[in-house]
Amino acid sequence: MSTAQSDALTFECETGNYHTFCPISCVSWLYQKIEDSFFLVIGTKTCGYFLQNAMGVMIFAEPRYAMAELEEGDISAKLNDYGELRRLCLQIKKDRNPSVIFWIGTCTTEIIKMDLEGIAPKLEAEIRVPIVVARANGLDYAFTQGEDTVLAAMAQRCPLNLKNQSDNTSLKTSPHIPLVLFGSLPDPVVTQLTMELKKQGIFVSGWLPSKRYTELPVIKEGYYVAGVNPFLSRTATTLMRRRKTKLIGAPFPIGPDGTRAWIEKICSVMNVKPIGLEDREKAIWASLEDYISLIRGKSVFFMGDNLLEVSLARFLTRCGMTVYEIGIPYMDKRYQAAELALLKATCDKMNVMMPTIVEKPDNYNQVDRIRDLKPDLVITGMAHANPLEARGINTKWSVEFTFAQIHGFTNARDILELVTRPLRRNLSLSELGWDVYSKQS
Amino acid sequence: MKLAYWMYAGPAHIGTLRIASSFKKVHAIMHAPLGDDYFNVMRSMLERDRDFTPVTASVVDRHVLARGSQEKVVENITRKDREESPDLVILTPTCTSSILQEDLQNFVSRASIETEADVLLADVNHYRVNELQAGDRTLEQIVTFYMEKAKSNNQVLTQKTKTPSVNIIGAVSLGFHNQHDIAELKRLFQDLDIQINQIIPENASVQDLKKLPSAWFNFIPYRETGLMTARYLEKEFNMPYVDITPMGIVQTAACIRSIQQLVNALGAAVDYEKYIDEQTRFISQSAWFSRSIDCQNLTGKKAIVFGDATHAAAITRILHQEMGIHVAWCGTYCKYDEEWFKDQVQEFCDEVIVSDDHGLIGDLIAKTEPAAIFGTQMERHIGKRLNIPCGVISSPVHIQNFPLSYRPFLGYEGTNQIADLVYNSFTLGMEDHLLEIFGGHDTTEALSIGISAVDSINWSEEAQKELNKIPGFVRGKVKRNTEKFARDCSKNLITLEVMYEAKEKVSS
Repeated sequence: MSTAQSDALTFECETGNYHTFCPISCVSWLYQKIEDSFFLVIGTKTCGYFLQNAMGVMIFAEPRYAMAELEEGDISAKLNDYGELRRLCLQIKKDRNPSVIFWIGTCTTEIIKMDLEGIAPKLEAEIRVPIVVARANGLDYAFTQGEDTVLAAMAQRCPLNLKNQSDNTSLKTSPHIPLVLFGSLPDPVVTQLTMELKKQGIFVSGWLPSKRYTELPVIKEGYYVAGVNPFLSRTATTLMRRRKTKLIGAPFPIGPDGTRAWIEKICSVMNVKPIGLEDREKAIWASLEDYISLIRGKSVFFMGDNLLEVSLARFLTRCGMTVYEIGIPYMDKRYQAAELALLKATCDKMNVMMPTIVEKPDNYNQVDRIRDLKPDLVITGMAHANPLEARGINTKWSVEFTFAQIHGFTNARDILELVTRPLRRNLSLSELGWDVYSKQS
Repeated sequence: MKLAYWMYAGPAHIGTLRIASSFKKVHAIMHAPLGDDYFNVMRSMLERDRDFTPVTASVVDRHVLARGSQEKVVENITRKDREESPDLVILTPTCTSSILQEDLQNFVSRASIETEADVLLADVNHYRVNELQAGDRTLEQIVTFYMEKAKSNNQVLTQKTKTPSVNIIGAVSLGFHNQHDIAELKRLFQDLDIQINQIIPENASVQDLKKLPSAWFNFIPYRETGLMTARYLEKEFNMPYVDITPMGIVQTAACIRSIQQLVNALGAAVDYEKYIDEQTRFISQSAWFSRSIDCQNLTGKKAIVFGDATHAAAITRILHQEMGIHVAWCGTYCKYDEEWFKDQVQEFCDEVIVSDDHGLIGDLIAKTEPAAIFGTQMERHIGKRLNIPCGVISSPVHIQNFPLSYRPFLGYEGTNQIADLVYNSFTLGMEDHLLEIFGGHDTTEALSIGISAVDSINWSEEAQKELNKIPGFVRGKVKRNTEKFARDCSKNLITLEVMYEAKEKVSS
């Protein structure tokens, strides 16, 4: 069976001319996740325009985020940064009374070298609201990496001891060294993954981030930590280096294969023998058969924009798809080591070529390759989706994978629901015989 | 610094990109950090564009901060020249890149030595002008560039056409109902026997710009884009222009009369009065509609208007003059055009508001409590919250404001569309009366037995909480599926475990 056609993983790096969301977009899901927070994005009209358009209707629901829009006086340092931020934060405190204010630094604050990290502690002491600074800018990061910068900053704020000894019970009863998971997930998914581990006798003593800033988990030296998303390498580094925790390097719980591998790795570190995992995985695969039969033997091309690409490619390979290319904004080979190993093992197992991983892709070149390869499905950003559809190529917007629930056994079906949707829809349309809708070549 | 949740007009480079991407074979390169190419998403999503948006970024990253972006920008311009062979490449700075104070003009000059295409640097200041002003300026810049070029090659077509002809200036990508408006204008000019010389910038070629002066006059349908170009052409080539927006019956007539006066002054002998009368009374439905008894119910109803200068002014006039509606206040976010706006609407409303602060507009609406709002998508959402109907009449807009069907706001068909929009925004006349007489809708509770009420399945407190977290529009389905699953495996308490088991096993 496993006559491996592939040797090692091949990595390429292109020009970085690709479309992705600005990392400040993390504000849109993090403000909903952290219920007592307020996010202040310190930037220009361009940042604000992106947020208001990308977040669509959400903007009208009185969001707990706003722009501190820089004006000419701020750029030329005619105005005093401290005074300006103080004025705005006092107003936010008065209007919303949050438990924490996040300052999201942008490209502009980087270029004019506004000392947010220096100002924050002083202002925090003065107005008595915690201020956490994250530099989620487009000079350094792409899309989901924004969350990474915020969580890395939050990791420093996790308490060393519980203030209230009475709710210490969960830690005391834990039969193993405490485990803290990191990555922002919708509450139902948090519950699902926590329960999945509980079945194996593993207790999650906290999540970074928690539902409220005031409930950030205790993180002490020697604790174990595990990531749930592939784009959290800075957070992982911070937890290891600054908080002296031990990182469990595992594939990510995306797809039944990933979820099982994730749990198994955690169990092995905790010296727990996993029970019933194999059967559970099998049952999930069986329940997915109706969707898998639609994509088995088909090909997929990831243009790359959100760093979930390797995990999704690995899952889709296991579903029987051929992956032509994995475009990805940034590849941390250390943090994703276990995921990359599982990708390789999956390719061997399914007897398919290892796809090329293209870091910092060049969208123009990619469209050329897509024309040559004619994949059955292209997973891409919204800038390219309609033009590709008009040329008869099935596409799925990559952004949906970041907003849908895709983690754990329970949500494997949701990933396939997304992946198969264009195929299911276009199957009926192709019978009409109009595949190309553009007069350009 | 300004605390801002929402803005009516976007940053300057968006205006430049809207102009550049409207022309054929013009490619824009943004000097911008990763993620600033959101314009491509808007084109592709809102306009459902079938083709790749001709905009790429020359990405500003850490390396650029350290070393400058000269090589990169020049390389990106020459690369696009090879790949797409455009007629023109426009380099546009963004908010971020403009503070780097690199000599972009120098890069443009250097690149243009190596390119087949012309190369221009968009002349916009990100901290002083907004999207609309930048668009106006960029169009003028491109037209000026090609007119100057044609002049030095002696290629300007100054010979006027034999019969009256016009250039329509200001049809722009991502403009509010622009494409429909332009189609309607073409029809109008055809009716008036005026030949259309050129329509710019949408779908135009920069190579044809040298033919602009052969038209008798220029027509500027929207205040926001085209005026600067019209003034340039007036100064350089002595071309007159008409800038009365033909929106509404009265203004359309005023616009046509102004055209008549203009072409007659240039030697034509036309009389459009009969055409105006025929269109107004018998072809367009809206004048008759205003007169019909149904429309009487709108008399004196209170409305407010907010939008860009063109649309807010025109709609205010229509509501007041043509429909007898009381406009409590009308406003615009085009602060730079305040004087013109006030002058236009002063006599048609109680108060004029000029502000780009949506919080202030929201508060004012709440205080005014109008029967209907005519505004942008922002006012629509304010209306939703206050339970006041809203007709969307101006950008900024969402995807539903890019309708597939024919919906012009300009010309005689436009008057029909606007009449429908206004009428449908108010609670219908008769319904209104009946509700008043009978004191609201029938409130007797409908007798119905829900499926889930048949047998008793209990939800644990935890599961119930989880259920409540599920968004409202799918909650019912999840509840039914879960209960069916529990019933099928004879469980009468739904716990979190049961809930997720159901999700895994019941294929939705």
